Amino acid sequence: MNRVGQAVKKFLIEYSMLLVLLGLCLFFSIATLDTQIPTGSRGAEQLLPRMREITHSGGTILVVAKSSPEDREFTSFIKEESGFSDAQVLFLDGDSPRVVRAELERRASDGSVASAIVGTRSVSHWSLLLDRGEKYPPWADVPLIFPRKATSSNFLTPGNLKNVAGQSAVIAIIAIGMTLVIITGGIDLSVGSLVALSAVTAAMAMRDFFGGTDADWSGICAAVGVAVCLAALVGTLSGAMITWFGMPPFIVTLATMSIARGLAQILAEGQSVYQVPESFSWLAVGKPLGVPNEVVVMLVLYGAAHLMMTKTTLGRWFYAVGSNREAARLSGVPVALVLMIAYVASGALAGVGGVLEASRLKSGSPLYGVMLELDVITAVVVGGTSLAGGEGKIFGTLCGALAIAVIRNGMNLMNIESYTQGVVMGALILLAVFVDSLKKGQFVALVRRISARP
Amino acid sequence: MCKSTTDAQQPILKMRGICKAYPGVQALGGVDLDLSSGEILGLVGENGAGKSTLMKVLSGATYPDAGQIFLHQRPCELESPRRARDSGIAIIHQEMSLIPTLRVWENMFLASRGWVRRAEEVEETRKLVGLLGVDIDPHKLCRDLSVAEQQVVEIAAALQIDAQVLILDEPTTALSAREAERLQKLLGKLKQDGMAIIYISHRLEEILEWTDRVQVLRDGCTEDMFHTSQIERADLIRSMVGEDLVGEFPPRSRSKEQVLLSVSGLGRGNDVRSVCFDVKAGEIVGITGLVGSGRSELLRLLCGADVATEGTMMIDGTALRPRSPREALEQGVCMLPEDRKADGLFLERSVRENFAVPNLHRFSRFGLIREAAESAAFRRYASQMKLASDRVESRAVTLSGGNQQKLLFARWLCRECQVILLDEPTRGIDVAARYEIYQLVRMLTDEGKAVVMVSSDLSEVMGMANRILVMRHGTIAAEFENQSSLSQRQIMDVAFGNESS
Ligand SMILES: Nc1ncnc2c1ncn2[C@@H]1O[C@H](COP(=O)(O)OP(=O)(O)OP(=O)(O)O)[C@@H](O)[C@H]1O
Ligand SMILES: [Mg+2]
Repeated sequence: MNRVGQAVKKFLIEYSMLLVLLGLCLFFSIATLDTQIPTGSRGAEQLLPRMREITHSGGTILVVAKSSPEDREFTSFIKEESGFSDAQVLFLDGDSPRVVRAELERRASDGSVASAIVGTRSVSHWSLLLDRGEKYPPWADVPLIFPRKATSSNFLTPGNLKNVAGQSAVIAIIAIGMTLVIITGGIDLSVGSLVALSAVTAAMAMRDFFGGTDADWSGICAAVGVAVCLAALVGTLSGAMITWFGMPPFIVTLATMSIARGLAQILAEGQSVYQVPESFSWLAVGKPLGVPNEVVVMLVLYGAAHLMMTKTTLGRWFYAVGSNREAARLSGVPVALVLMIAYVASGALAGVGGVLEASRLKSGSPLYGVMLELDVITAVVVGGTSLAGGEGKIFGTLCGALAIAVIRNGMNLMNIESYTQGVVMGALILLAVFVDSLKKGQFVALVRRISARP
Repeated sequence: MCKSTTDAQQPILKMRGICKAYPGVQALGGVDLDLSSGEILGLVGENGAGKSTLMKVLSGATYPDAGQIFLHQRPCELESPRRARDSGIAIIHQEMSLIPTLRVWENMFLASRGWVRRAEEVEETRKLVGLLGVDIDPHKLCRDLSVAEQQVVEIAAALQIDAQVLILDEPTTALSAREAERLQKLLGKLKQDGMAIIYISHRLEEILEWTDRVQVLRDGCTEDMFHTSQIERADLIRSMVGEDLVGEFPPRSRSKEQVLLSVSGLGRGNDVRSVCFDVKAGEIVGITGLVGSGRSELLRLLCGADVATEGTMMIDGTALRPRSPREALEQGVCMLPEDRKADGLFLERSVRENFAVPNLHRFSRFGLIREAAESAAFRRYASQMKLASDRVESRAVTLSGGNQQKLLFARWLCRECQVILLDEPTRGIDVAARYEIYQLVRMLTDEGKAVVMVSSDLSEVMGMANRILVMRHGTIAAEFENQSSLSQRQIMDVAFGNESS
C-alpha cells in the first residue's frame, strides 16, 4: 500500500506538468460548453451517421446549403469525410432558393425523388423546403434532416484539438532546441529571428532558383534544405563564439538575433515573398496521416529528442555539462562539442520551424517570429526545465508548449481579449515555477518556518 | 594538554530531542546536546551519522521537524542563518560556502550592514587570516583560492563575528599540519576567552588532543558521551563504528620495476616549476607539503586539467602532453579532485548518473546506453565502496560529505585507469571508510597500477606511500624512501624550509 502511494507520489512529482495540462484541458472543456444548433463542420459531423444509414440502404440524398463560409465548411466536410459518390449525394450548395426550386420541380416531374433532404441551419426555415408537399407532392414524404440542438464543448472537438496541436507545433519544435541549450546552462534568443530568416530564405530560393510557383518537389526540398542549413549555420556561429571565446550566451544570441532579423529584411528587401508553389503548403498542413504534417514532424522530433536525452551518451553529456561544467570537463566530457551541438540543433530546429511557418502561410516574411523566443522560453520553463541548467525533460517541454497553445486557444474560444490573455500567460509562468518549488520542498519549508514563528 | 573545564556551570547551549527527516532517511532521531562556555566539544560519527545536519539546525540553515534549542536557558527559534548569527552562533560549514566571484575581504564581511569600510575591512581580513599563519592577499578572488586557502578564509570569517558559540564542521580536511597546529592554538585561546566550541572532525588525533568532551553520533542518535581525558583512540572507534578495526593501514606491497609514469621538467608559470619524478607499477607515491606549495596544481597538470607550459611526461613508455582531461583519460590517467563539490559532482543529478558520466563508453553501444549494464556496474562498485545502493536515484547533493567522496571513488574505480592521481582521497571520510579506501588503493597497486597521492595528513602519507615527495614553492624539495627510520619531523622540516637550520 505504502509502496503504491510512493509510486503514485513519484509519478505525480515527475509528471506534474502533464497534470496541469490535463487540468487546463478539463477546465476549457467545461468553460466552453455551449447549447446551440451546430453549424459548419460540426453540424455536418452530427448528421453524417444518419446520412450513412440512408446511403447504405441504397437511398440518395439532396444536400442544400447557402454560400456563407459556415455552410461551405458544412458541405466540404461532408465531401471530404464521407466518401459518398456523386450518384448517392447531390450537392446544391451556394445556390439561391431558385435553383433548389428548379431541381425539386425537375425531380418531381421525372419521378427521381431523393430519399432525404439534408440542410444546414441557415436553410432550415426556407418555406420552399418546409412546405414542399404542397407544391411538389412526390416530395411530401421525403424527410428533412437539419442539425439539432446539442450541448457540446467548443474546445473538446476533434477539429479544435487538431487546431491546438497545429498551433503549438512550431513553438514546440523550436522548444526542443531551446531545451537542449537551457539544459547546458545557456539560452538562445535568436530563434525568433531565425524563423524569419529561414522562412524568407526558403521562399526566395523557390522564387529565384527553382521556378517560383511552378517549382517541383525537388526544388521545394532543395529550398527547404538551404533554409534549414542557413539557420543551423547561424546557430554554429553563436555556438562557436560561446564555446571558443567564452562569451556569455545571452549577449551572443542577442547579437545573432539582431543579425538574423536584419539579414532576413535585407534578403527580402522588407517585403513578403509570395511566389511559392501551391504544393509547398502541403509540408505543414497536408494530412496524409490524418493529422497535419507539422504535428507529425513535431511528434517525430519529440520522440527522437526524448530518446536522445534519456538513452544516449550524448544526452547524459548535456545534463553533465549543464550541471557542473568543470566536473564534466574533468570527467572527459567533450564540453565544447556538446555546447556546439546544442546551439546548432537550436538553430536548425528554428529553421525547421521557419519553413513550416512559411509553408502554412504560403509565403515568407521577415516579420515572422517576432518575440517568438519568449514564447519558446516560456514553454521550456513551464515544462520544468531549470534556467540554471542541468535539469529538465524533453517531455516536460512538450507539455509546456501544449499548455500554452491550450490556454491561447481556450481563451479565444471564450472570447477573452488579448490583454487579459497576457495576464493569464504570466500567471501560468508563475504557476509552473511554483509547482517546481513545491517539488523541491522549498515551499513546505517556508510554511513550516512561518508557522513556527512565535 | 587541555584542561577539562568545570561541568558544574550551567550550559549556555542546550539542544533537546532534535529530529530531522529527509525523504528516505531519518537524519536525526532525537538528539540532545549540551555545551558550556569555555569548552570544546568534539562531535564524531561515521559518514552520514547526522553531524552536519545537527549543526545546520543549530546554525539556522535547516529547520528541524521536532525539538527545541535553548540559549542561555531561554528557548529560541533559529529559523534563519541570520537569526542564528545575531544570537551569537558562528559556523564554518563542511562544504565551502564562500562566494567565488567576490574578493576575500568582501566575503569576510558579507553579513555586515551599512556602508562598506573598505580600508578597515581589508586590514581586519589580513589580521584574521594572519592568525592562522597563512598569507592570502585579501584582494584575491575566492574562486582563485585552493581548497585549503578557502578553509582558512572561512575560519577567519567565522572568527570575525562576535560569537559565543563557534561551530567548526571539518575545518581541517585540506589543511596541513602547520595550519592545523595554528588552528589548535587559536581555539585554545578562544576557549580561554570563554567561547563555547563544537568541533567536528574525522581526524581522531585532533579530537583526542583538542577537545574536552566527545559526543558520538550514530545513525542520527547519540551513541556515547565521553570525557576526552578518559578515553583511547580505540574506544572512540569502537563507539563510532560498533566494532574494532584491525589495523589502520594495510601492509605495503613491493612495487614492480616497470615505470608507468615518468615526469621530467614539468612546469607551469610559478605554481609548478620543473618537477621530475617516476612512479613504478604497483607503487604509491605520496606528495605532501604546505598549503599553497603546488601539490594540487601539479596533479592538475598531470591529468590535463591545466596545460603544462614546459616539460614532458611519459605513460608506460609513450610520451603524453595532455591538453585536456579527455586526452589524459584516454591514455589512462584519472584524477580524484580535491574539491569534490566544484570539480567532481553533478549535484542536482542522480547518484547513478554521477557514477556513470566518465564511464559511459563502457555501458553503451553506438551511443545508446544499456541501462542493465550501467546498473550492474553501479551495484558492483557501490558494494565495493560500501555505498548504500538504495540511494541510486537520489540527487548527489543529498549524500553526506563522506558518501559523496565514496561515490567519486566508485566512479574512478570503474574507469580502470593505469595511473591514478588522488588529491586528498580521504577528505571528510570516517575512520572505517578510510580503512576501506586504503585497502582499495592497495588493491589497485596490487593490480599493477601506479598511484600518486596528495595528502595533508602526514600519518596517512607515511602509512601508505612507498616514496614521499615533499613540495615547497612549486618544486619538489626532497624525496624520501618510506622507511621505518623516517620521522614526521624530517618531512615537516623540509616542508617548512628549515632543513639546514
Ligand atoms: N539535503 C538533503 N536531502 C536529503 N538527505 C540529506 C540531505 N542532507 C543530508 N541528508 C542525509 O542525512 C543523513 C545525515 O547527513 P549529514 O550530512 O548530517 O552526515 P554527517 O554526519 O555530516 O556525515 P559526513 O561525516 O560524511 O559529513 C545522510 O544520510 C544524508 O544522506
Ligand atoms: Mg558532515
